[in-house]
Amino acid sequence: MSEAKKRIPVVDYLVLEGDPHLVAQACTSCGALFFDRRNACARCGKVEFERKALATTGTVRSFTIVHRAAPNVPVPYVSSVIELDGGGVVKGNIVDAGSDAEKFELGMKVRLTTFACGLDEEGTEAVAFGFTPV
Amino acid sequence: MAGDAWIIGASMTKFGRYPDKDSIDLASEAALAAMDDAGATIHDIQILAAGSLMEASNMLGQRLQKQIGQTGIPVYNVANACATGATAVRTGIMAIKAGEADMALAVGVEQMGKMGLLGSAGQARSAPKGFEPSGRYGSVMSVEGVLGTQLMPGVFAQAGMDYASRHDGVGFEQFAKVAEKNHAHSALNPLAQYRKVFSLEEVMEAAMVAYPNTLLMCCPTGDGAASVVLCSDAKLKTLDPDVRRRAVKISASVLTSDPYVESDTAQPDVSTLTKRAAATAYEQAGVSPQDLDLVELHDCFATAELIHYENLQLCEPGGAGDFIDRRGPWRDGAIPVNVSGGLISKGHPIGATGVANLYEVATHLRGEAGDRQIEGARVGLTHVIGLGSACGVHVLERAAS
Repeated sequence: MSEAKKRIPVVDYLVLEGDPHLVAQACTSCGALFFDRRNACARCGKVEFERKALATTGTVRSFTIVHRAAPNVPVPYVSSVIELDGGGVVKGNIVDAGSDAEKFELGMKVRLTTFACGLDEEGTEAVAFGFTPV
Repeated sequence: MAGDAWIIGASMTKFGRYPDKDSIDLASEAALAAMDDAGATIHDIQILAAGSLMEASNMLGQRLQKQIGQTGIPVYNVANACATGATAVRTGIMAIKAGEADMALAVGVEQMGKMGLLGSAGQARSAPKGFEPSGRYGSVMSVEGVLGTQLMPGVFAQAGMDYASRHDGVGFEQFAKVAEKNHAHSALNPLAQYRKVFSLEEVMEAAMVAYPNTLLMCCPTGDGAASVVLCSDAKLKTLDPDVRRRAVKISASVLTSDPYVESDTAQPDVSTLTKRAAATAYEQAGVSPQDLDLVELHDCFATAELIHYENLQLCEPGGAGDFIDRRGPWRDGAIPVNVSGGLISKGHPIGATGVANLYEVATHLRGEAGDRQIEGARVGLTHVIGLGSACGVHVLERAAS
């Protein structure tokens, strides 16, 4: 069997190794969570952070079904705001669940999943995260 | 403590599409009309604040002066997303309150043409040579559509659905009723970009953009300008009785940004800063929401207007769905909202919007709103929000006569 295909997370707060999950920069002073690089904490102003692995389960706090999108973005798709169990609020698509508004309930339970979202000329696959109903 | 600031002149161009004009033409038209309305000339003006999201970095105000009068006064070029116009007005108010000027001119303008969907990431995607993480999220490609949507219709759809998730009686139909109302209101406004009435069914059956926002629930892009002339208490006393009679008092001027909330990591929170701005404005003005005769609020999408009913305390907590079901915000309802047609139908040339809001309310307080006049209007509130975020709220009152 040939060497496994090279994969890269689409954003650096997605960890693919082991059970895929998200990591946050957690403020060591107040515990606020951030997915991007921060110079100081937006909540308390302190400057020290530590990496924190977040839960892979959560609930749907909000969603929209996008029918008109930027060029090259396949529609329709479901964008959602997910509250992860134990902390962290993140935006991602709800995948493998169709796009009928009636199927989506606010407050429904979801679990993190991953999917391929692009390929570069060297054959490296970009991998994104999304959520599926539990 | 400085006294009040007053609006003594106000104008707006009809919103629409002006392919044969540039921003300076539109801004000049609005500024000259506002000064004319105030019985003032450029020589009376001691500070100019010029707002335009796309042209503020290009010396818009000074280019405007070349057309309406280069008098050497301080010019502030202002950009604050969709709160740009309100921020320009507030710049003039602050100069008056600080005692630096006794008459100020504020102009807001935008020429957008047919830009289509607004948002952070509308670019096409193509296969890169090699993935390279970049930016603060270490992303290897545009993530629009991959990790949800950051385009405006979807962001505001999710803001509305977030409200729906926490309150009963709010769904697609309630959001659609907001657009039904604003389209109906716009039919009475000759300055609106669109003036067509649609039934609730037509709103709901229009092309879906981002559920629950259909095309008729999204504001259009467009061109336009608006302007106000402001003056101090002391200056007002020296002016013509007719100018004094038509003067509109600015009883509150508030600008907020978004304080930290946990969900910022997903998308900006448009409610908390609006709630704070409203609470401060009511306190500053010494009025309560029940005193309001009309409100012009930031209905960039129907979902946004509904949540601002609660954010601006126009309804009971959790009662925004009931408020629209009861027709509370219709022009003959408890608190008329967006009798101009709102952004949804009057239009939303970004920099002009926050000034045009003030024009609308001031025109009603002066009793000069023609067919759309809210009879006997004495107190009104304007609200704009720029995503990212900035919120401007003003309370206006008719001069005691």
